[in-house]
Amino acid sequence: MSGIVDVVVVGGGPAGVAAAVELRRLGIGRVVLLEREASLGGATRHCGHSPFGMREFGRVYVGAAYGQRLDAEARRAGVDVRTGCSVVTFDAACRLTVTTPTGVETLAARRLLLATGAREMPRSARLLPGDRPVGVVTTGTLQAGLAFHRLMPFRRPVVVGSELVSQSAVLTCLTHGARPVAMLETERHALAPAPFRWFPALAGVPFHAGVDLLDLRGAGRVEAVTFRRADGAIETLDCDGVLLTGRFVPEASLARQSGVALDAGSEGPAIDQHGRTRNPRVFAGGNVLRAIETGGWAFREGRAVGRAVAADLARVVESGAPRAVTCEPPIKLVVPGLLTPGSDEPPAFRHFQLRFARRARGWLSLEIDGREVWAAERSWLPERRVLVPIPPAAANAATVHFRFREHP
Amino acid sequence: MPHTPSCTAQKTFDVAIIGAGVVGCAVARRFALEGARVVVIEKGGDILSGASKANSAILHTGFDAPPGSLELEMVRAGRAEYLAIRHSLGLPLVETGALVCAWNPAETAKLEAIAAQGRENGVDGLRLLTAAAARATLPGLAPGLAAALEVAGEHIIDPWSAPLAYLTQAVMLGGVFLRNTELIEGAFAGDWTLRTSAGDIRAASVVNAAGLYGDTVDRRLGLPAEFAIRPRKGQFVVLDKAAFAHVPRIVLPVPTEITKGVVVCPTAFGNVLVGPTAEEQEDRVRATVEAGTLRALLQRAAEIVPALAGMPVTAVYAGLRPASDSKAYRVFARPERRAITLGGIRSTGLSAALGLAQEAVRLHAGFGLPATSRPPAPEVRLPNLAETRPRDWQQPDHGEMVCHCELVTRREIEAALDSLVPPGDFGGLRRRTRAAMGRCQGFYCQARLAEMTRGRLSTPLAVEEAGS
Repeated sequence: MSGIVDVVVVGGGPAGVAAAVELRRLGIGRVVLLEREASLGGATRHCGHSPFGMREFGRVYVGAAYGQRLDAEARRAGVDVRTGCSVVTFDAACRLTVTTPTGVETLAARRLLLATGAREMPRSARLLPGDRPVGVVTTGTLQAGLAFHRLMPFRRPVVVGSELVSQSAVLTCLTHGARPVAMLETERHALAPAPFRWFPALAGVPFHAGVDLLDLRGAGRVEAVTFRRADGAIETLDCDGVLLTGRFVPEASLARQSGVALDAGSEGPAIDQHGRTRNPRVFAGGNVLRAIETGGWAFREGRAVGRAVAADLARVVESGAPRAVTCEPPIKLVVPGLLTPGSDEPPAFRHFQLRFARRARGWLSLEIDGREVWAAERSWLPERRVLVPIPPAAANAATVHFRFREHP
Repeated sequence: MPHTPSCTAQKTFDVAIIGAGVVGCAVARRFALEGARVVVIEKGGDILSGASKANSAILHTGFDAPPGSLELEMVRAGRAEYLAIRHSLGLPLVETGALVCAWNPAETAKLEAIAAQGRENGVDGLRLLTAAAARATLPGLAPGLAAALEVAGEHIIDPWSAPLAYLTQAVMLGGVFLRNTELIEGAFAGDWTLRTSAGDIRAASVVNAAGLYGDTVDRRLGLPAEFAIRPRKGQFVVLDKAAFAHVPRIVLPVPTEITKGVVVCPTAFGNVLVGPTAEEQEDRVRATVEAGTLRALLQRAAEIVPALAGMPVTAVYAGLRPASDSKAYRVFARPERRAITLGGIRSTGLSAALGLAQEAVRLHAGFGLPATSRPPAPEVRLPNLAETRPRDWQQPDHGEMVCHCELVTRREIEAALDSLVPPGDFGGLRRRTRAAMGRCQGFYCQARLAEMTRGRLSTPLAVEEAGS
């Protein structure tokens, strides 16, 4: 790999492919897409249930077929697609160290676009108590095992979590001969919206909210899970696995290790309204920005950031002085969390995306230079997208702040 | 006659070693190098199934060991041999040095005495530092630092590859490793007959290196009860690679009577380790982690090095140290029974193992058995897992990256599965390759690993093929 390419896109999921295709469509010459797995598609490759592609391609794809469509789109657009290529690190000037099946290569780019996606939080980072036996897996691991190798990690798992993905995980179990023993949620209510949250009950899987996980037992494989119910009673369930679902986090380790500033709330790269990180040559889009949105959302976001990168290539790189958008608890994150003033480009992001850390009722308001410009009052739920239009004046304001006044 | 393992049939070993922890592996290597026919009997499914799988990976100097103690002598001898053989075995050494950090006047007052004891213990490279001087070598230390004692010789090693290399060398010399083999009873009548869960084994001598079961094994061998194991649990948190830059050296607390206290140190794998706790318990099997304790460790780490606040957690684990009813190592030789007990190796086993192996050979020489001739030492080069030296992903034609977090290649995993001492369980595979040990803990690679390890592990990653 010699010379400097125009753009390297890291990650071949919906966001990365959409960005790369958009860059080529806008006439950018050398666009390289690096994917560490053997094929494109990202997490959609093993999502056997969620349909993809309706809005971007006008038809529905399931699982690997969507990745194949992405691959065809990228190649047709003239993107230099390289699978099996894992980026180890990059420096501030966008020189990448890449390991490939044949050896280590370096690659230099005028701009870098990170689209490394998100993953579920594993057992360790959740600080779950007990032993550390075989059979504690995430939904991603379960679905990848089934999709790629037809392997099942358990027969009678306890499912932890009640997000949309948790319901999908239960369905995956049931359709592959596994019978979840129970579904446990540490929050006080199921997190998935109706009607999805009714699914476990319909499938005959007992659901407990507001639990405390007390112990996980197993010498070789998982044998039992002990938890405290919301009513205080302690219950032990025999099982042969624990399925950890949801609690997605951006897979931002490449950014973190390479010195790209992360946002404390989202744990993804901090970006401005163009998708630009604090390194003016490095952009980011898709679920690495915040966990998580649908594949279709990631696709559109990637395309919008791709457009912003194309516009940026025509300009001299300068470190604009982005300002931080601030918020207060229980608001968990705001994306974009930065705003760069004085830019006349149309922004890639027209809305602030907010998430709440917990269920809360009260007034959410946006204040620009201390003046309220937007407000809404209702019940806010965790893991739900909240969209607030970015007012044109925000980019040039001194302070942009999300306030929350909770009802007692 | 009970069933006899086929590989041991009709054969009397010179030395049977009970326990394949780091001490057992080192003892097997030493006796094999002396020309003895050795057998290692391990109750677990793999080496390092007990205390040896969870430690802080520090190669100690012995600066804080009790003066004149056997532990000090063993640590110093073990360390010296590790430094002498590590190149030939392909084992890493991360020369970090350590800072014993004092955070208040009372702790500062103790540093001088610790330094004096260290010098008495024959340890060089001890230097009392002002807070500013200490921070010059480790800028991330919190502003509250009062003073520090630098111990230049405390280093980091790979705690899993070292014992694997020792046992591999023994196996190359004809040593036999029997896993899933528990000693039930031993009888001495000129030779030892060891009744095990896998059949009878005959040996001229036995070495008890059973760690957490050291007292139990002595009892099963009919040896006098000299000590009792009191398991001491230690919980650890491993922080993401991004933490490594903030902790270039080992940060030790001023020790208390009970424990060396919570250590913050880099690992050979490019992470940062925080721990251990010291919790007495009866149970010798379960080493559970507790959320509250882990949170307290994270908080303590952030108090010591503020940049660690909010650092992602990569892994959590707990181990049991085979402490005994005394602080001292419990080493006994019974020439009339040709038995050696290496017990109560409570916290410095990784550093002392090679020294204990030398000691075992020295004690064994007093048993009056005919001398054996020494074979040439076979070459062992384990795949390098440490970040201080080139790894496989940097070499051409590794085939495929399987674990992206820890940068583990397909070639490395296949090599471990086909090695002389292959992994017996998933933990063993992780310790041999680092696969699935990283921040995602297998989210991306465990399905692939399940497929690659089909039929190879005692507890398979997949229970069966999917139904539909």
